[in-house]
Order: sequence, then structure tokens, then C-alpha cells
Amino acid sequence: MRPLTLRRLFFQCFVLVLILLVVVIVALKFGAVPVSLYALGRDLLAVIFGQRSEISSDYGLIVMNIRLPRILLAIFVGASLSVAGTSFQALLRNPLADPYVLGVSSGASVGAVLALIAAPFLSLPPVLAALLTPMGAFLGATATIAAVYFLGRRDGEIDSNTLLLGGVIIGSFLSAIITLLMSTVISGNTRGMVFWLMGNLSTSFQRSVYWFLGIGFFVATGAIYTTATDLNLLLSGEKEAMHLGVDVRRVRLVVYIAASFLTGLAVSVSGSIAYVGLIVPHVMRLIFGSDHRTLLPTAALGGAITVVFADTLARTVVAPTEVAVGAVTAIVGAPLFIYLLRKRLA
Amino acid sequence: MSSSSALARNPGDPGRSNADARLSVEQVSYAYSANPSQAPLFTLEATSFQAKPGEILAILGPNASGKSTLLKLISGALAPLSGRILLNGFVTHSLTPRTRAQRIAVVQQESTLLFPARAWEFVLQGRHSHGRSLRFESEDDVIIAKNALAQVGAADLSDRWMDQISGGEKQRVILARALAQQPLLLLLDEPTLHLDIAAQIGLLDSLRRLAAENRYTVVVVTHELNLAAEYADQVVLMQRGRCLRVGPPASIYQRELLEQVFQTPLTVEFGSSGRPRVTVMSGT
Repeated sequence: MRPLTLRRLFFQCFVLVLILLVVVIVALKFGAVPVSLYALGRDLLAVIFGQRSEISSDYGLIVMNIRLPRILLAIFVGASLSVAGTSFQALLRNPLADPYVLGVSSGASVGAVLALIAAPFLSLPPVLAALLTPMGAFLGATATIAAVYFLGRRDGEIDSNTLLLGGVIIGSFLSAIITLLMSTVISGNTRGMVFWLMGNLSTSFQRSVYWFLGIGFFVATGAIYTTATDLNLLLSGEKEAMHLGVDVRRVRLVVYIAASFLTGLAVSVSGSIAYVGLIVPHVMRLIFGSDHRTLLPTAALGGAITVVFADTLARTVVAPTEVAVGAVTAIVGAPLFIYLLRKRLA
Repeated sequence: MSSSSALARNPGDPGRSNADARLSVEQVSYAYSANPSQAPLFTLEATSFQAKPGEILAILGPNASGKSTLLKLISGALAPLSGRILLNGFVTHSLTPRTRAQRIAVVQQESTLLFPARAWEFVLQGRHSHGRSLRFESEDDVIIAKNALAQVGAADLSDRWMDQISGGEKQRVILARALAQQPLLLLLDEPTLHLDIAAQIGLLDSLRRLAAENRYTVVVVTHELNLAAEYADQVVLMQRGRCLRVGPPASIYQRELLEQVFQTPLTVEFGSSGRPRVTVMSGT
């Protein structure tokens, strides 16, 4: 018997934090304009020790104003999607659940697009206007997961095949709505159709959006983490979890709202990036086991690593043009989805 | 049905007072309907019985007689339409899920896991209700889980994966998880359903021993007339949502009554232990 200890949990997370740092450094270096890591490190140290006031301007602009914000965005988006995927998988008792597969990302996209359409008519102060898109995405995500949940229920129990099918159908319906809205109502918008349908991390935002993203991520993930042991018991079904002392209704409410919020947050800044919430929890479960006290933080870090890495690939493979980061994750994710589906049916 | 249950009792049985009863089912009824405007699809008529610490009570009856519904009502998962169920004086349905899980453990027919887990991880789940929601297992939890596995003779299964052990072994681990809850009341829904005869006897032997040692009150829903006769102190006989009789097996196992309830010809004999034995007469 080797129950989880706080020490082991910290060690596992520490290893992943180191990997994340390495990936971040690689992402800072590579791109259309190559940057010398040695020069960057030397300049950063000089700035830290007060010998100089800022990094030399020739690559400082690229690193600090373009790449670093984008990496930060990739970290939060990857972590949010992964935590949301992990939560949906436990709550719906379906290893194939993921915000993208269930259509929740598309729902968030529709909400975000509707918020973009509504924004000019509302004449809100700039700070609130910046938050309107994430709020729209959150509402879209919540409405979609509620619809998918009720579609997937048969005789009071969740039927996993109906649930997945329901999610896929709702997802394709909502994608069609996005296409319709984008080509009629807001044609010519800077963030195009591909952004909402495939995902892209190239948009830069006001500083307040990054703060909102960071705080939102930690609050929602913290809320889900308080239910980590409840989620472990929910893997054996709602009835059994209830008999073991889980307040199933409360856990369901907290996790659905928090996971929808995380999805909405990610989608509002990056569009719908596919399969991150599916691949990452599976890999982490293989390495660290299915205890949610470990799985939630390791999935968050793993998601950050994955999306930073995928985005670096998306930026560099066909530089100076870019591939949508969602295309990179889908190329890896879709075959994995098929593999998991076959394994489950076998 | 307090009058009929009183009649079914042995004349020598001293009257049960509420004071020494741990579980007390008082005039409990229930109705299930898919649509509130329609007549109910299933009703459970007012049912009453009591059980003491250390006692095994079997709920017997054919399919759709209301056995599982009665068990769900006792577990607090369903609210009765009328009447009440008391466990040590507390109404089970009004307890919070956490408090209920500290007092009542439920062993269901099957337990399916979404992702693989080791037996010890599974048994430690029984400690969930005894701590804060988010926490790490304490030394005490580990000792209790180890003891629970040892009590059901499954200490050697501790490190095995749940999806790689036999049905009988799995059932013992599930029972160990229920013991780790340290309950007052142990509820089992057809625990012997998928077990071979040796595993059935093994499970019921350990139940009898555990009920005596730990003073659990055990309620078992079963189809197995002979196992109930052998192991139960009291039998609740159900038919079509009605509780027909409550009492010790010797007073309930009457040929005419059982034939009428189970709709099949049978014989009842009494062995040297005084426990009845039922033989079903097939094809006659």
C-alpha cells in the first residue's frame, strides 16, 4: 500500500515544471527570427542584477513583446483545456470526453462570436468590453455541456455512446453556425473563421486579459481541485460515489461550471484547439495513475507543455507562414482518439 | 404490516423494543411513477421491521417484489412516501451523504471502474467519508484498510489490479471497502449473484463472522432461499410490493407460503440444525 503523499505530488509536479521551462526556452529561441539563447540569458541576468535597464532592442522586442506573451497564452490555454478535459472525463465517466469532442469548444466559440457581434451595440467601458468575449464563451460552453449532458442521459444514467454522438453532432451544428455568422454578420473581422474553428495563438491582447486569464485559471482549477477525491470515487459511478459519501449534485455543479469556464476562457483567446483535453490527461494517467489529486495538476502542466510545444511547431515548420496550432494538435489527437475508441470497443 | 410481522414471530421470541433495535423500518411505503400524472408503475406497501446489532436480515422474494427498492430506501438513496427509517434513532434519508456513508455501507451487485486501480486504492476509497473532502490518507486510514482486507481474507490481493482478479476475489475486495467505512449497517444487494457455490459460502461465512465480531447489522437482498435459511437470523418475505412476513427462517419457510410466493412447487425440510432447507421440484 503506497497512498499518495504531498511530497510525492510536489516531486511529480516539479519534474513537469522543469520540462515546461525547457520547452519555454526552446519556444523563445525558435521562430521566424532566430535568437541566441546565450545572448538572451546574459542580457536577462544583466537586467535582473540591475546592470542594464532593458534587453537589447534588436531581439528584445521580438522576445518580450511577441514570443513571451504568446507562450504565456499557450501555457494558460493548454492547462485550461487539459484540466477541463480531465474533469469532463471523470464526471461523464467517459475516457473520450474532451471539450472539443463534446462540442463545448464550438459552443464557446459561438458564445464568443455572438459577444463580438453584440459588443459595438453595448457601448461598454474598455475593461468590461475586453471581458465580454470570455463571458460569452463561458455561457456558450455551459449551455452546450448542459445540452450534451441531457442528450446523453438514458433512464437516469449516462450512456457514453449517445453522449459522444450527441457531442459530435452538436459540435458540427455549432461549427456551421460559426461559419454562417462569420461569413454574413462580421465578415472582414481580424480574427477569421479559421481562428474559431481550428484555434490560433497569434493574437496579442491587452495586459488585463492576461491577468484575467491567469486569475480565472487558478480560481476555476482550485475549485475543481477541492473535489479531486470526490472525482476519484465518481469513476465508479454516481450511485456508488453517493454511498461512499460524495455529495454528487454539489460536485457535478462545481465541476461543470468550473470546467465550462476554463473552456470558455481558453476558447475566447485561442479559438477551439482540438484534442488537447483528450491527449494530455491520457498520457498523464499512464505515467502518474488516475488519482485526481495528482492528475489535475500534472494534466495542467502537461497541457501547458503540449500547447507551447505544438505552437512552436506551428510557428516554425513552414516559417515565415504559420499553421493553425489546432491543426497540429488534431493531427496527433485524432489518431489517438481512434486508437482509444478501438481499445474501448475491444 | 406490523400486525402480520408480529404474528410471524416465534412465540418464544421476546418482544423487540425500540431500545435495542439498531435499524427500525416503520410503516415505510414508496411509489414509483415515470409521470406524476399517471398511476404509479410500482408501489411498496407499508412495511415495518427491526434489526439488532450483530444480526443478519435477508430480504427474500421473486423478481419485481420490491426487494431492491426496500434496500434503496434503507440506504437513504430514496425518500419514503410515508413512514420512516431510523438508524440508531436518526432518519437515514435526512443525513448528509458524508454522515450516511460513515454509518451505512452499501455493496452493490457490480462495481465497474473507468480506469484501472489497485485493490488497496479501491479499499482506501471507503475512508473518504471519514476525513475532509480534499486530503491525503493518514496512517490510521492505511491500517483500517489493511485490516479490512485481512478480515475478508484478501490481504494478498492488496497490490493486484481490480480488473485482473476473479469475480469472487473482486466481491471480497468490494466488501473490504465497505468494512473500511466502519459502518453500523451493512447493506448487500445480491452479493452472491455472479459467484460459484464455494465463493458464495465463503462470502456468507465471512459475513456471519463479521456481523458477530464487529456487531454490524447486515441486510442482504437475495434470491437464494437456502443461503438465506442457513445464514439469516431474520427473513423479510416480499411479494409484488408487499411485505408478507417477517421472522426467523423457521417460521417463514412454510411450503404453501413459499410455493404461493415463488410460483413453483417445492418442499421444505428441517435439518438437524433446525434450519429449513428448500428443494425446488422441477418438471412436476
